[in-house]
Amino acid sequence: MNNFTVEAIELTRLYGGREAVSNVNFTLSKGEVLGFLGPNGAGKSTTMKMLTGNLAPSNGSVKICGIDMMENPKEAKALIGYLPEMRPLYKELTVDEYLTMAARLHRVSSKHVKSAVETAKERCGLGHMSKRLIENLSNGYQQRVGIAQAIIHRPMVVILDEPTVGLDPIQIRDIRALIREVGGEHSVIISTHILPEVEMVCDHVQIIDKGKLVFNGSIDVLKRQRIGNKLLVGLRNPPAAEELLKINGVSEAEMLPGGLIRVRFENDAAPSEAIVQAAVQQGWGLHQIAPDQTSLEDVFMQLTYQEQAIPQEQAAA
Amino acid sequence: MIINVARKELKSMFASPMGWVILSLLMFAFGTQYLNGVNDYFAVMSGAMRPAERTGVTQFVGQSVYGLASFIMLFAVPLLSMRLISEERRSQTLPFLFSAPISLTEIVVGKFLGLVGFLSILVVFIYAMLTTLNIWSDIDFGFLLANSLGLLLMVAGFSALGVYFSSLTQQPVIAAILTFIALFALMMLDRFSAGDPNNFLGALSLTRHFQSFSNGLIDTADIVYFILFAVTFLTLTVRRLDADRLRG
Repeated sequence: MNNFTVEAIELTRLYGGREAVSNVNFTLSKGEVLGFLGPNGAGKSTTMKMLTGNLAPSNGSVKICGIDMMENPKEAKALIGYLPEMRPLYKELTVDEYLTMAARLHRVSSKHVKSAVETAKERCGLGHMSKRLIENLSNGYQQRVGIAQAIIHRPMVVILDEPTVGLDPIQIRDIRALIREVGGEHSVIISTHILPEVEMVCDHVQIIDKGKLVFNGSIDVLKRQRIGNKLLVGLRNPPAAEELLKINGVSEAEMLPGGLIRVRFENDAAPSEAIVQAAVQQGWGLHQIAPDQTSLEDVFMQLTYQEQAIPQEQAAA
Repeated sequence: MIINVARKELKSMFASPMGWVILSLLMFAFGTQYLNGVNDYFAVMSGAMRPAERTGVTQFVGQSVYGLASFIMLFAVPLLSMRLISEERRSQTLPFLFSAPISLTEIVVGKFLGLVGFLSILVVFIYAMLTTLNIWSDIDFGFLLANSLGLLLMVAGFSALGVYFSSLTQQPVIAAILTFIALFALMMLDRFSAGDPNNFLGALSLTRHFQSFSNGLIDTADIVYFILFAVTFLTLTVRRLDADRLRG
């Protein structure tokens, strides 16, 4: 008996003859937050629909805490909280009415319905909105109601499809904190377009493109790829590139327009100190030195547009 | 679980003025018919000299009220059933129900029972209204019960058909029109074959099966007809929703 909360095995979904999702495999353990990335139409939402039993996979299977979604849908669904891309809100009801209904439908025993509703409202910052009609709430508050609905029965797995869309920066921060908090006890899967968000809240990242997983690994792998072995050095009287190459560990120096120099160094070398010393001794006029970060966007572009750049073995690390 | 879905439907029904307005308008129509029935009874019966021409007050008033009720339901049910599934489809709230730990059958039956529960308020009120005749005369409660049961079964049949058409489309109005046409055709079927009482088309007609109830007769064949009618359309609805899950 393993303790995977979510197992997706060879998940494939065909629309007509086209594969929207093809052969996706992954697992998620208790207490992990998984970020799902991908360009539009990559199959993120389709995968999430299959995980939550809203869509039958053409092939493969989904197991939630070891329970097969196809064979025991009710038991499996009881362990999931799901917020789809389009918020499923009944706008003619008040927040309290809606959440009470959600709690009942998710088998919260009648004794605990009230406290479950209160807790969910408190966690999502909805306390003062109890008696308001959902229709009259702002976009951001509606989104919070959607999230409250997904966590009300304290599910083992919370699946949120683009949870921070339409929220203001403060709300986004609150929701990220909430996701982290929920992720502490249960498993969370979120999909998003906002790349820094992934770095902030996720332990694991999956990048999906054209229905195929192109990257599946821990966030650290992605970060390492992002930071890389590069320094950006600004010199007022730059020497010839050969001078820089003499410094121990430096493997490449590239002159950039604007007087900046991009210095690449070998793995495990830390040439910044040596560069500063050389600059002071020889009067290069150093005014700036900083690690040169590739933006997460660049990594993302690399992964989704040149799949071959990262072989599968390395990606699975 | 079925109860929770039904409760949700009732709540939505009463959350807007729609439910209240329909209830009060229909009750107003039935009340007027009832008053007219009582007045007409005296006018007609004072002219009926021979005993064979005389009918009891229960049958006279009851038949006119229940006759009107079954006719009005033909319009009321499509209006109420139209949004049950199509509205959820349009506002994309179906995933809320689909990802809850309830089966499709429970969802469909819950929605159906919610609607029938709402309409049974009318059936109960009509019954209560007619029992007030008992204050000054001796009425036939069996006749009223048979009629109420008939009305309830017919409303259940109408609702099941309405739920099915609602599951076919995203537009509530289209669902309402389709339901109305289908119900109207089913009510009229026996008129087409009026010349030949044994024609099988007539046997399918909803009116034909309501007839015995309106005469105060509880016939198991008719009960089974209405139950089968409702089960058939609910099953079709479940299959339609399942196709959503399979085909996407």
